[in-house]
Amino acid sequence: MATKAADFLIYDAQAGVYRENPEQIVRDDVEKHYWKHVCLTILKDWRLYVMLVPMLLVFLFWRYLPMYELLGCFKVPDEVKPVAEQYFSGFSYFKSLLAGTDATEFWRALRNTFLLSFYGLCFGFPMPIILALFFNEIRSNIVRSTCQVLTYLPKFMSTVVMTSLVTMLVKQGALTSGYGIISQALEALGIISQDVAYKGLLNNPDFFRVIYQVSGIWEGAGYDSIVYFAAIIAISPTSYEAAQIDGAGKMSQMRYVVLPGILSTVVIMLITRIGALLNIGYEKVLLLYNTNTYVTADVVSTFAQRKGIEGGQKGLASAAEMMNNVISMLLVISANTIARKASDTSLY
Amino acid sequence: MKRKLEISERIFKVISYTFLCLFALACLYPFLYAVSAAISGAHAVDYCEVVLFPKDIQFDAFAKMFNDNMFWNSYSNTLFLTFYGTVWALFVAILGAYALSKKRLLFRRAFNFFLVFTMLFSAGLVPQYLNYLATKDVFNAVGITDDKWLVVIAMGMAAMNIILLRNAFEGVPSEIEEAAIVDGATEFQVLRKVYIPMCKSTIATVTLFFALSRWNGYFWARQMISNSNEHPLQVFIRLRLEQYTDPEQMAGWNEVFSSDSVIYALIVCSIVPILIIYPFIQKYFAKGVNAGGVKE
Repeated sequence: MATKAADFLIYDAQAGVYRENPEQIVRDDVEKHYWKHVCLTILKDWRLYVMLVPMLLVFLFWRYLPMYELLGCFKVPDEVKPVAEQYFSGFSYFKSLLAGTDATEFWRALRNTFLLSFYGLCFGFPMPIILALFFNEIRSNIVRSTCQVLTYLPKFMSTVVMTSLVTMLVKQGALTSGYGIISQALEALGIISQDVAYKGLLNNPDFFRVIYQVSGIWEGAGYDSIVYFAAIIAISPTSYEAAQIDGAGKMSQMRYVVLPGILSTVVIMLITRIGALLNIGYEKVLLLYNTNTYVTADVVSTFAQRKGIEGGQKGLASAAEMMNNVISMLLVISANTIARKASDTSLY
Repeated sequence: MKRKLEISERIFKVISYTFLCLFALACLYPFLYAVSAAISGAHAVDYCEVVLFPKDIQFDAFAKMFNDNMFWNSYSNTLFLTFYGTVWALFVAILGAYALSKKRLLFRRAFNFFLVFTMLFSAGLVPQYLNYLATKDVFNAVGITDDKWLVVIAMGMAAMNIILLRNAFEGVPSEIEEAAIVDGATEFQVLRKVYIPMCKSTIATVTLFFALSRWNGYFWARQMISNSNEHPLQVFIRLRLEQYTDPEQMAGWNEVFSSDSVIYALIVCSIVPILIIYPFIQKYFAKGVNAGGVKE
């Protein structure tokens, strides 16, 4: 901070002399006894800081302490000793994951994680935009709000209910029963063979990604379209009028008025989505996959869950997830930086 | 030229109407099917003769479920978790967000970063699992043996919701707060009488998010609640699904309703309360998304 002479001395017009600036004396004192002043400020305003305490404790205990437990992926596991006192084992778990005995499974999981989100980006991302554009076309308020309410509905279902429905709709056949209704419909349309339908689509690794994406669109597209629809509504009617006067038809209005109007929202959403490429919800995969579909369904978090929580290889599982989450964090940060540069909106 | 444009416009309109109606129906159909399948006869469900309307109507699948004590147990557990979980989360989030929204708070940026970092990086499932296990031991040592309290207190706090609240509180003009303080209000009174009433709709949105995530919570409840009497509804549904879709366990099934009907009945019962309150909370739900574009 550049200091000027006027900071130290002020002219006292009554006495006709220069005096020391009392504010600057306080400022100097704060600089000298920083922590004393911090404590005084906190004491004076203690109610505000008391309010922070529950939040800080919750996050400290259940968000930051687990990060400390991550140390376990460098240590030899020991049931009795706390993580800090366990013996250091180097990078053996990382070696094993990247090029050792667990390499095939880990790389498969990483690849599946990436592919599931990547396909989500390709198919799941444009869907809400299309929906919002179509919603905009419907002039009748009743029809539009009915459609909107219906499409938001699946978002309210829990993952368990949603996956249970999916499981039942494409379930395998048995001696005493036929297969799920969707499998039947697909078979009737000639898309899948009877044999495939009988064995159950969820037992077939070729169908896992399709089921995952379709159920994702079914669940989320309506709800995600809210953002885009809000952006479309925010476009001023005068823009349309100006375009009409210039002779623009519906398609040109779409091209030159609506799309530029929602472009910034789309860009932000896209960048966020790219940032979250390795950050996939584990619950849905966990509830939909089974031993037959590990080839295409196993993602890093389910791999960690299977190895660590069920199989007891805690260090290995932590190491796998840590690699995934560190890359994921870097992706989010860079995506956010790009978003901040590209437009003034940023997520954090 | 003009005529041609009109045609393209009409085609676009037709496409959008059909597409949206189809999509809306596709969103609705699985639920309708679930209702029909829950009340149809065994043969009709097993051989997929039910397409939309129920056949050989029976209500025994519902009756079987309603007579199941575990079902009511799990329902009351879910209500318990949702109620206390939401109250606790709101308590923590509102106080924290209020303090964070104050410009005069020392180390404000550091506290914000403390919060935001948990959105960027999570330790992962296994460290969290170990952490919850350790917490469970501590809770047991203190004398809280009911695992539901562990789920209520330790889980379900989301940094995003706190940031939504903080942004809403920041939007309250500081003059109102100053006026209240001049009138002799304390910090807590300012929060209760000025901030909370002025940010009602954001608080409603955040409450909804907390409550939904509690109602829908599955994984950690299943991992952490060891006593099966304490399981919430979602865990109950999943366990029943695993049991009823296992051909070996269902080999001796001989009832007027299919074993699938029980699952469908369960699904219907878990959705109904949400459907009842859906019209009232729908607008807050939509609001939350739009408030999502946050900034520090």
